[in-house]
Amino acid sequence: MNFDLTDDQRLLVDTVTSFVKKESPVERFRKLRDDEEGVGWSRDVMRKFGELGWLAVPFSEDDGGLGGSMVDVALILEQLGAALAPEPFLASIVLGGLAIAHAGDAAQRARWLPDVIAGDKTLAFAHLEEGSRYDAHHVSTRAERTGTGFRLTGRKRWVLNGHAADAIVVVARTSGDVGAREGISLFVVDRGAPGVQITTVRTMDGHRAAMIALDGVEVGAESLLGTEGAALPIVERVLDGATAAACAEGLGLMTQSLQRTRDYLVDREQFGVKIGTFQALQHRAVDMFVETELTRGTTILAALRADDPDPLQRMRGVSVAKVQLARGGRYVVQQAIQLHGGIGITDEADVGLYFKRMHVLESLFGDEDWHLSRVSSPG
Amino acid sequence: MDLSFSPEELAFRDEVREWIRTAMPPRLRAIAEVDGHFGVDETMEWHRILHRKGWVAPHWPRKFGGPGLDVTRRFILTEELELSGAPQLLPFGLSMVGPLIMQFGDEAQQARYLPKILSGEEKWCQGYSEPNAGSDLAAVRLTAEDAGDHFVLNGQKTWTTYAQYADWIFLLARTDTGAKKQAGISFLLCDMKSEGVRVRPTLTIGGTHAFCDTFFEDVRVPKENLVGPLHGGWTLAKALLGHERTLVAAVGSSARTLLRAKRIAQSTTRGGRPLADDPVVRAKIARMECRLEALKMANYRALAGAKQGHAPGAESSILKLCGSEIIQGMYELCLDLMGADALTWMNEPGVVPAWEDWVGPNYNYLRAATIYAGSNEIQKNIIAKLILGLPS
Repeated sequence: MNFDLTDDQRLLVDTVTSFVKKESPVERFRKLRDDEEGVGWSRDVMRKFGELGWLAVPFSEDDGGLGGSMVDVALILEQLGAALAPEPFLASIVLGGLAIAHAGDAAQRARWLPDVIAGDKTLAFAHLEEGSRYDAHHVSTRAERTGTGFRLTGRKRWVLNGHAADAIVVVARTSGDVGAREGISLFVVDRGAPGVQITTVRTMDGHRAAMIALDGVEVGAESLLGTEGAALPIVERVLDGATAAACAEGLGLMTQSLQRTRDYLVDREQFGVKIGTFQALQHRAVDMFVETELTRGTTILAALRADDPDPLQRMRGVSVAKVQLARGGRYVVQQAIQLHGGIGITDEADVGLYFKRMHVLESLFGDEDWHLSRVSSPG
Repeated sequence: MDLSFSPEELAFRDEVREWIRTAMPPRLRAIAEVDGHFGVDETMEWHRILHRKGWVAPHWPRKFGGPGLDVTRRFILTEELELSGAPQLLPFGLSMVGPLIMQFGDEAQQARYLPKILSGEEKWCQGYSEPNAGSDLAAVRLTAEDAGDHFVLNGQKTWTTYAQYADWIFLLARTDTGAKKQAGISFLLCDMKSEGVRVRPTLTIGGTHAFCDTFFEDVRVPKENLVGPLHGGWTLAKALLGHERTLVAAVGSSARTLLRAKRIAQSTTRGGRPLADDPVVRAKIARMECRLEALKMANYRALAGAKQGHAPGAESSILKLCGSEIIQGMYELCLDLMGADALTWMNEPGVVPAWEDWVGPNYNYLRAATIYAGSNEIQKNIIAKLILGLPS
């Protein structure tokens, strides 16, 4: 048992921390958010991430990656979360990128991954549907065989980075009824393919996402990733990895929310004294600290288990962490606003931005109830 | 990073499990199987069995008769013992005064007291709190007057758990009434058979006499029973709180109680179906399970830190807070799952399933978990000041 970071990991954390400190203050996110013309994130910064090697971390060396672990990814995302950096690391690398890496053949990986790792292109992963809730096997989008490939028809909701991605990895059904575990396949669909309708939508945290309609989209056989009809285990693995990554980003949000609240308590005066002397507020801050520390532990659990070859171990570790994030994370961001008082309600205060991002992370990849039911499943 | 135990550590865990299985006498096993109540006699019987094996004090160094286990094996041994449902040993000698005598006592004191703590020949109790010195421990008023070759003690201690069974008490006494609060306190060892010591057990809400009031009237304590410097007892008091904090995560006990909750949920039916099939019940159990996993990770992190010889850090400061709330939560869960069986109180066997008998009393008694060893509010004051750096 060992929780120490390796020298390489420590270096990685230092590099990310000092980069975001210099290049990505929270103000940068605000500007991107408020720019109605933009996509909500910076292509230049995404390319910088690529130059620094961060986008290569979880991919194998054969694919031009660094062969890193989900722990390495978590370390990056914790710091990106702390800085509210809006670049689509989660969508393009942990979701779309790893889906292609796990499911794709050599040609497909070579076709997409180098550009994604460089930050020149980005991906999205379209899995949620009306009525699917969080169940990966609830897929009604159909992919029918044509003479040369497949024809995709269906609607996907809340596709992260779907508004900006160059290509979208789509979960579609090649056989079976909605809800069947068999018959699920993965396709890479070019954003410009005829019949792809992308509607940009706003999300609570000031990011954008997409609602995507696939209206008889014709794709070639080469866009099918892996074995037809057998993609569900990969989809679940990818979503568990993304859940672990979301926990890490959430941990960064919690750490910052606590830090800023602590600084405010030390600084703000009322009744002629620092408000941090009040025991009611001290104890609330300690409760925030406790939840943050518990989340630090469960995030490590999730990141380690996300790479576990045993799916039951993986699901359990990831779900425990997501439940802790849902409960502890929500508590911390809510109390950060409360302890800031009225200023915490203004858009000008950063705590509100952390609050919003936390709520988005909580609603992604399974909420507390969904993960609780997974923890309590037999097996 | 790595969460797994090494093959050697796993082999040690198997060895511990197998030993517990064969070493526990049938009478104790029958109580353990239904999570019943162990009296002091049964607890001491188990103490002696563990002592013969050399495992009674996993955290004691070899020099003082401990097994010389590394941090991880100590943790494994402690967790397996808790998980087995075996009696929980009295901590006052093994985990409280023993380590203090090792750290602050002289060689004569170490030779006099430590072997009998290990063997179980002498039982101890803790004389810290007084009626007017609870959370404000430094306000102790029991006086120890210098009378040449001995001190004379006058005053009262309270919450002295199991004083009625104890052979010795370690206590904080005021040796300098003129000094500032913390400065005039000394750490003394007193024979409970001394003339002038009187014990009055207190019935707790748990239905047992766990605590006592202990009165001292002109009690003579030889000067050689002073541990550490004269007037320097506060240092020992603080050191003990440090030892205590790592004890109270009680991960194994909470894990054991979670299994009891699942047993109740399986064996209780509603409309002919086990309660465990009800999604609301399942979510309730799963929520506690997740909380326990989070505590486990915090405990593992503290353990890994200790293995490297780091001072207890931020992660260990939360163990007492969370551990006490979680064990309370586990019993609350059990009680809720019992439904109307939760009404039962100290009845003859058979009124409710045997594994439900002691849920109510334990639930009641364990309200103390967030109060003893420094109440959770005091813990929060300490974290606010020392870790968050909030002003006072």
